[in-house]
Amino acid sequence: MSLLDKLDAVAAARKALLPEGLDVFGMPIEEVYSATEARVGDRRILFLGTNNYLGLTFAPECLQAAHEALDREGTGTTGSRMANGSYSGHRALEREFADFYQCHSGIVFTTGYQANLAMISGLAGAGDVVLIDGDSHASIYDGCRLSGAEIIRFRHNDVADMEKRLRRLGERSQSTLIVAEGIYSMLGDQAPLAEIVRIKNAYNSILLLDEAHSLGVLGKTGQGLVEETGLIDGVDFITGTFSKSLGSIGGYCVSNHPQLDQLRYISRPYIFTASPSPATIASTRAALKLLRDGTELRRQLWQNSRQLYARLDALGYQLGPQPGPVIANILDSPQQALMLWKGLLDHGIYVNLILPPAAPEGKALVRCSVSAAHTSEQMDYVGNVFAELRESIFQ
Amino acid sequence: MSTDYSDILSRLCFHLKQFSSPDVVIVPETDLINELAIDSVKLLNLVMEIEDEFDISVPLNALADVQTVHDLANLIHHIKSAK
Repeated sequence: MSLLDKLDAVAAARKALLPEGLDVFGMPIEEVYSATEARVGDRRILFLGTNNYLGLTFAPECLQAAHEALDREGTGTTGSRMANGSYSGHRALEREFADFYQCHSGIVFTTGYQANLAMISGLAGAGDVVLIDGDSHASIYDGCRLSGAEIIRFRHNDVADMEKRLRRLGERSQSTLIVAEGIYSMLGDQAPLAEIVRIKNAYNSILLLDEAHSLGVLGKTGQGLVEETGLIDGVDFITGTFSKSLGSIGGYCVSNHPQLDQLRYISRPYIFTASPSPATIASTRAALKLLRDGTELRRQLWQNSRQLYARLDALGYQLGPQPGPVIANILDSPQQALMLWKGLLDHGIYVNLILPPAAPEGKALVRCSVSAAHTSEQMDYVGNVFAELRESIFQ
Repeated sequence: MSTDYSDILSRLCFHLKQFSSPDVVIVPETDLINELAIDSVKLLNLVMEIEDEFDISVPLNALADVQTVHDLANLIHHIKSAK
C-alpha cells in the first residue's frame, strides 16, 4: 500500500462511519460568545465538551493580562528557550507553579502534550521500563515511544495488576517509571493514588502523575489528586496542562527532585519547539491565581457535575464509574454513539464523540465536560434532552 | 524449535480462539491482524493476557515485528528463555 493509499483508506473508513456534511471531528465554530456558548452554522450551541472546567477563558483578569503582555512583548517568542532565551514571564510562571505545589522547581512546556512527551522521554531511555495504565492518554503512549524504554501496560486502575507487573520486572523495577493520571480523560475516574504510591515505594520505582484533568478540579486549592489525597510527597513528578482549567495552552511539570532542571538540556520536546507566547504565559499566570483562590468555582463545578451525573444515571445511561466533571456515556456501538451525539447537537448541545480505537474496550463514548460556568438551568436542559433522546437511542 | 516452543504455541492458539469464530483453524502462519482481526487495541489487551498466562513481561515495543501466530509464539519463547 502506498503512502497516499493509506490516507485514502482513512477517508473511506470515515465516510463509511460518519454522516456526510457534518465534520464530527473538527466542528466549525463560527463565533464564541462565552465560556459556555458559541455559534455553529446559524445555531447557538452550548459547549459541553471543552474541558473549560473553571470557565476562565473569558475571565477579565486573564484577558487583561494577555492584552498587556501582547502590547509589551509582542505576539510570539519565535523560537525555543534554549536559542531565544527565557522571558521574565516564563521564569515567573515556573516559580509560581513550584510555589503553588510547594515543590523545589517547575518547568513550563509549550503544550500539555509536550509536557508528557518531554518528561517521559527525558526520564526514561533504552534499558529502562515505563509502566503505564491501559487507559493512558496518547501523550503518555507517545512519550514512551519517544523514550525508547520498554513499555508495559497494566489494567486500568487495577493496582494488584500493576504490582504483579512490577514484581515480574525484578530488580528492573528500580529503573521503572510508573505513569498514572489524576482523572482519566476517557471515563472520568480517579487513580487509586494511595495504593499506587505504596507500591511504587515498595519497589523503589519513580512515579509521574498527570493532573491534566484534575488540576483546578480536585483539592482545596485545586492542585489536583495529590492535594485531594494528601499524597504530594509520594509523587515524584507532577505534570499538567494549561488548556483545561487554566483556559489557555501549555503544560508544566513540578518536582522536589533537583534533577528536574536537567531535563531542559536533554529533553527534545522542550528543546526543539518555540516557547509559549507572552500573552499565553500572562493569561495562565492570572488564571493560576484564580484557580488557587477558586473555592467557589470548584464548589459550582462539582454541584453541576453531580447534578448531571445523577440525572443521566437515573435515566439509565451507562456512565463512567465516578461522578466528576468528565461524564462519559458508554455506548455499545459507534452508530449508537453517533446517533446520541447528533441528537444532542440538533438540540444545541455540543459534546465529544469518541469512537474505537480511541474509546476503551472497543466501546464508543459520548463525553460531556462540565464547567463551573454552566448554570443549573443548563444542566437541567441537558438532562431533559438526554431523556428525550433515550428512547430512540436504545430502541 | 524446542518442546517449549510447541507448548507455548499450543497454549497461545488456545488463547487466540477467543478472538476468532469457531470455524477458523489457527496455525502458526495465521496472520493476527488480517485473519483473526486483532486490531491494535485488541493486541494490547492480548499482550496483558499473554503476560499473565506465561508469567513474563512483554514490552509493547517488541510487537513491531509480530505479524503471525508463529511470530508471537517465538517472541514469548524468546522472552521465557531469557528469564
